[in-house]
Amino acid sequence: MTTHEDKDLCALEAAHQESQERRIVLSLTVNGKPVVEEVDPTMLLLHFLRDKLKLFGAKEACGEGECGACTIILNGEAVTSCLVLAAEAQGAEIVTVEGLSKDGELSILQQEFVFEDALQCGFCTPGMLMSARALIDRHPDPTDEEIMEGMGGNLCRCTGYHQIFDAVKRAAKREREELNRS
Amino acid sequence: MTHPELEHCTYQTHESYQSKYKHVGQPYERKDAIEKVTGQARYAFDLEMPGMLHAKTLHSPHARAKIVKIDTSRAKALPGVKAVITGDDSDIVVGLYMQDKLALAKGETRYQGEVVAAVAATTEAIAEQAIHLIDIEYEVLEPVRNLDDALAAKILVHEDIADIKHVEGVFFPQPDSNIASLNRSYKGDPQAAMEEADLVVENKFTLPAVAHVPLETHVAIVEADPYTGRIKIWTSAQSPFALRQLMAYSFGMQDSDIEVHIPFVGGGFGGKAGIHLEPLLTLLSREAGGAPVKLRMSRQQEFNYMPTRAGMRGRIKTGVMKDGTMVASDITYDWDSGAYADYGVNVGKTAVYGGLGPYAVNNVSIVSNTIYTNKVFSTAYRGFGHLETLWTVERQMDILSQKLGIDPYEFRLKNMIRPGDTTVSGELVTKSTGCPIDCLSAVVKEIGWTGRKTDEEREREWKTGKVRGKGFAMIQKAPAMPPNTATAVIMQMASDGHIKVMIGGIDYGQGALTAIAQITAQELDIPIEMVEVRRETNTNTNPYDWNTVASKYTFMAGNATIKAAHNMIDQMKAVASQALQSAPENLSHGDGYIYNRHRPDRRISYKDMALGYALPNGSGVGGPLISHGYYMADGLTNLDPKTGQGYPALAWTFGAHAVDIEVDVESGSIDVLKVASAFDLGQVINERMVYGQVIGGVMQGIGSAILEGYKFSDDNVLLNPSFTDNKIPTMKDMPCEVVPIYIENPQLNAPYGARGVAEHTMISIPSAIGNALYDALGINFYHLPLTPERVALGILSGKKDIY
Ligand code: FES
Ligand code: FES
Repeated sequence: MTTHEDKDLCALEAAHQESQERRIVLSLTVNGKPVVEEVDPTMLLLHFLRDKLKLFGAKEACGEGECGACTIILNGEAVTSCLVLAAEAQGAEIVTVEGLSKDGELSILQQEFVFEDALQCGFCTPGMLMSARALIDRHPDPTDEEIMEGMGGNLCRCTGYHQIFDAVKRAAKREREELNRS
Repeated sequence: MTHPELEHCTYQTHESYQSKYKHVGQPYERKDAIEKVTGQARYAFDLEMPGMLHAKTLHSPHARAKIVKIDTSRAKALPGVKAVITGDDSDIVVGLYMQDKLALAKGETRYQGEVVAAVAATTEAIAEQAIHLIDIEYEVLEPVRNLDDALAAKILVHEDIADIKHVEGVFFPQPDSNIASLNRSYKGDPQAAMEEADLVVENKFTLPAVAHVPLETHVAIVEADPYTGRIKIWTSAQSPFALRQLMAYSFGMQDSDIEVHIPFVGGGFGGKAGIHLEPLLTLLSREAGGAPVKLRMSRQQEFNYMPTRAGMRGRIKTGVMKDGTMVASDITYDWDSGAYADYGVNVGKTAVYGGLGPYAVNNVSIVSNTIYTNKVFSTAYRGFGHLETLWTVERQMDILSQKLGIDPYEFRLKNMIRPGDTTVSGELVTKSTGCPIDCLSAVVKEIGWTGRKTDEEREREWKTGKVRGKGFAMIQKAPAMPPNTATAVIMQMASDGHIKVMIGGIDYGQGALTAIAQITAQELDIPIEMVEVRRETNTNTNPYDWNTVASKYTFMAGNATIKAAHNMIDQMKAVASQALQSAPENLSHGDGYIYNRHRPDRRISYKDMALGYALPNGSGVGGPLISHGYYMADGLTNLDPKTGQGYPALAWTFGAHAVDIEVDVESGSIDVLKVASAFDLGQVINERMVYGQVIGGVMQGIGSAILEGYKFSDDNVLLNPSFTDNKIPTMKDMPCEVVPIYIENPQLNAPYGARGVAEHTMISIPSAIGNALYDALGINFYHLPLTPERVALGILSGKKDIY
């Protein structure tokens, strides 16, 4: 026989009630713009971005930190936003896929993803791009091993990864060339 | 090894490919790439509707149980809850080919994960809370654990198997058994031929159920309007028109009362064909007064509740002569299809005409049993049964060649199907069918095959701790579809001369939008930038398409697009003939103009005719340009129920993979160093995307070969429903080198000769790796996946056959 214990339920309800009452004010920067929002302290960063800020780029494909579809950049680091509380981003700088292109022009990284056809269904793409962004920021001239390490946490079921690998490599190279030129 | 076939073998690879067409074959960028790299692509997962409710589901923890009692009163009383339903609230039965599944389990559950109740509430959190408030009592029953249990038929998964409504004459449920469908093909006299054979080899190959793992799990929103009775659906699905029809059938409605919208879809691989969350959500929406209700499967639910690729056991007996001629093949495929038939029975059916491999054998018996067990049910998965059947056939071919002492390349060549031969089902093979020999020769050459390793060579390498091995395997697949499958395309010209194409198929990553745009540009001879294939699909406005499955969309819709384009050209010529005072037969088209063939300066641009043409005196001729085209599969037939004879295949795509692997003899891990993959695809439509299909499919094949597979407890509870325990390949598992090879022997009734190539790329990767593993170790493996654990234990056991 399987029934749910009432005691557990009361605890659940109480916790929910409490979190509803204890809302916090969160202020942070998202894609270069200041954001101030009142949130439930148990809210996940991924849900904050999607449900509150309506930035639907970051996806949820596991909710357990295992697939990378929810990857965003928090204070320069790629993080899986399904494992981070919104409250932990107090005062932080966040970049999402929506913040990659400037003035309607695709960033070099995005251009290379298009050129290499590093996407098929596209569901993993926002997370891939953010992991790649953080990787290139950390290693402007990444070795093959560094690319595999940096991108190894992002699952893609469609592409087979070769095109993503090549896109990251080419983007890093073009960005370096751009930097040398300026 | 030198062989005349190899010496003369030439081929085009990804690196060298050149198309003879202006647009077709060119590596154009994906039409929807920008939306996807900017985060603007909206999937069903991202959609929100005004007044939308959120659903959560309660799943059976037992593989087979009686539902003794369900009490939803506490859930219903929770503030914010708008609807709670259980199996007691509905008798809606669903199914594709067999009407065997209730929208929610009623009285009895048939697999761990089956939905027993569902809630719709104002937030996901409240819905989740309400789920915990449902009191349910089960009486746990003994499950039908596996194929042997099922075939013993002491317990029936469906007591009413004899009464299940099904597509008659195509599927054959067996009364008083767990066999959802028994299909067979029979040709010649396999028994007599077996007796005359010099050598008869019998083997058994198995593989577990595997999950599709689209990155976007199944998601749907349904709004069931209580006033008009109409149902609106937004869903992450591959086949909007099939879904519409199946919904209408289950709910006793007209097709037109159901409107299916498909936004961007985050991968499918067959798992999103058919009908899934929609009936359940319709019941919830109705119960909630017609509010839109959204349900999204968590990853764990996706593993536990959504259908998989069936586990399979292939028993194969082959008769060969000393010179390597195959004279008889007797195969039984048993599919562990889980609790419901879904697409599973069709996978089973496909095995009777696709399950022999691309070989000419005159005496054949294939029996395919799609079998019910108390497990998560199965459906179509990329390649539709062929990865499984070719795991059986292509491993058997390798073992036969070992026993005969013939090189496996030679042995395959000897038996390969050629023009003049017939397939299992009796289809005559012609040059237009494609050439499997070209494919095999190309990959064998590319991989540098010089023959199997000797025992001495193996021993020498063994001392280094790493052993290399090479292997290859054939691929052959035709779309599994009804003989009267159809699709249509609508084309409109905008006032600026741009072409808007509406299609019924779904682009869930395979690139249909871009392929159809290229064919449009090719036929009308306009720049690709001037063609837009509309992505939004709505069954009320888009033209019909049967199903986006089976790698046949470009073939069928490509033909339809050519017709629509020709129709548009004819319309423009009719207008231009009036304006230019030329007979239509003297007019040609090109570069965006209709012109007089004899005097090309007498011409009118398409654009000037888009809305009808204005003559110099102001009068108009013609009208807004709209055309359509359709394609109906031609010449196909159902199969004879007893012999499996008939014409099932729109197109056979042949191919071959060869792999070069390195095995760590201590850890048992397999490193895939190189894969060469050749397909006789008739004509490349978009090189960039074919490349993507090959690389992606090879990777999925590697997943099935060495990583993936469901594990069940003794009680048939799924033990690995997460990415932690059910891993799929990551970038680190990438083979160092993949060489896609394109063989272009055109098919005469295909657009530019092009056959489908999408699912195919995954098929036979496990077989090729299994064969390479024998080359490396001298050990035959019969069960997938070839995990390090299995390989290492196999080595340690000292045995030559590992089951
Ligand atoms: S959704 Fe965050 S890692 Fe998968
Ligand atoms: S493109 Fe589909 S999961 Fe990566």
